[in-house]
Amino acid sequence: MIIAVPAEEKSLDSAICVSFGRAPVYCLYDTEKETSTFLDNKAAEAPGGAGIQAAQFLADQKIDSLITFRLGENASNVLSAANISMLKAPNLSIADTIANFLEGKLSSLNEVHPGFHHGH
Amino acid sequence: MGTKATIAVLSGKGGTGKTLVSVNLAAVAANATYIDCDTEEPNGHIFIKPTIVGEYVVTEPKPVVNQDLCDGCRTCVDACAFNALALIGKNLLIFDEICHSCGLCTYICPKGALREEQRPLGIVKRGRKNGITFLSGEMKIGESSAVPIIKALMREQSTDLVIIDSPPGSGCLVTETVGNADFCLLVAEPTIFGAHNLAMAHELVTLMGKPSAVLLNKTQEGENPSEIYAKEHGLKIIGSLPYDEHLALLSSDGHLAVEEDEHYHTYFKELLEAITKEARHASDSDPQR
Ligand code: SF4
Ligand code: SF4
Repeated sequence: MIIAVPAEEKSLDSAICVSFGRAPVYCLYDTEKETSTFLDNKAAEAPGGAGIQAAQFLADQKIDSLITFRLGENASNVLSAANISMLKAPNLSIADTIANFLEGKLSSLNEVHPGFHHGH
Repeated sequence: MGTKATIAVLSGKGGTGKTLVSVNLAAVAANATYIDCDTEEPNGHIFIKPTIVGEYVVTEPKPVVNQDLCDGCRTCVDACAFNALALIGKNLLIFDEICHSCGLCTYICPKGALREEQRPLGIVKRGRKNGITFLSGEMKIGESSAVPIIKALMREQSTDLVIIDSPPGSGCLVTETVGNADFCLLVAEPTIFGAHNLAMAHELVTLMGKPSAVLLNKTQEGENPSEIYAKEHGLKIIGSLPYDEHLALLSSDGHLAVEEDEHYHTYFKELLEAITKEARHASDSDPQR
């Protein structure tokens, strides 16, 4: 399976980005191949709807789980429609977060914040 | 007086006497239209107490998908400039609060799978009270953009003299009202926060090339940061409204000061004359008109 984590930088030592939709990059980890890739988030600069666009992008990458601190309602709706599970991020590096995930230590993300008003 | 002028009354955040000044200016004029553009918390009606003669619902079109016709080509998702659409498998998700009702997706869908549905956004009310034509727009709770309501208000027919009670802040709702004005009256409180709000409003109207002046509200003894700002930035001070407990009381009871107190009748009459003179002067010296 493939898991995604919003990251500050393209490095396994990077911290998890506090924002989901506006994270500069996503780390995608393939649990079977044990490989990680970093993809730029084109939605990071979007004037609005960044969460939706980012969620669409990750759904297109066929990820199975997302690990994040925060998540907006709209993005969460896109991810649920794509059957992607959402897990609460620990305060650790990307590498340690993935390790925690593999050990089954992460709990599911229960709270989403309401969608932001659009930019009027 | 017979002057044709549209005056936008604005300030930064709410609570700086913007409504108080607007309703009293409208009431003191012989024949004026008062437009309440504070769509989230319209309160001009509390003072004017109009008889409502008409109202209608303002709607906004939102796309709706027919999943049987949609083949998941994604054209709409890629085209939407606001990221209001997502496609999961063959399921199109539409986010109404993100959608700006631009109509593009419905227009370009190659399968004709999208159509537009009108959604209620708010209500425009028209009323009368003595010489005042009253207009107000109220947004439905939970809706995110009042721009179409403001646009609807601006399209309403009105008298020669129009007083617009602008929305608070300096966002694009304010831009909408300022765009329709000949002259902007900025109302500012004598605090640092008030001066900050004044600066934001002043920057906006200057950027939009609108003539403006400031009315210093609740003035008292001592230093007034808003006054300092105006003097430093060449912003004309059209008057001061000293702090007065009697005026505050009249307002909190929903009274029009110009109807209850001779002093304020004269005060607002003179203020209105000064403003219309400025507005006329501005339009005379504007070569584009
Ligand atoms: S453009 Fe039309 S057919 Fe294509 S995904 Fe959108 S709704 Fe479906
Ligand atoms: S109407 Fe415009 S903003 Fe709304 S979903 Fe369609 S393309 Fe996007």
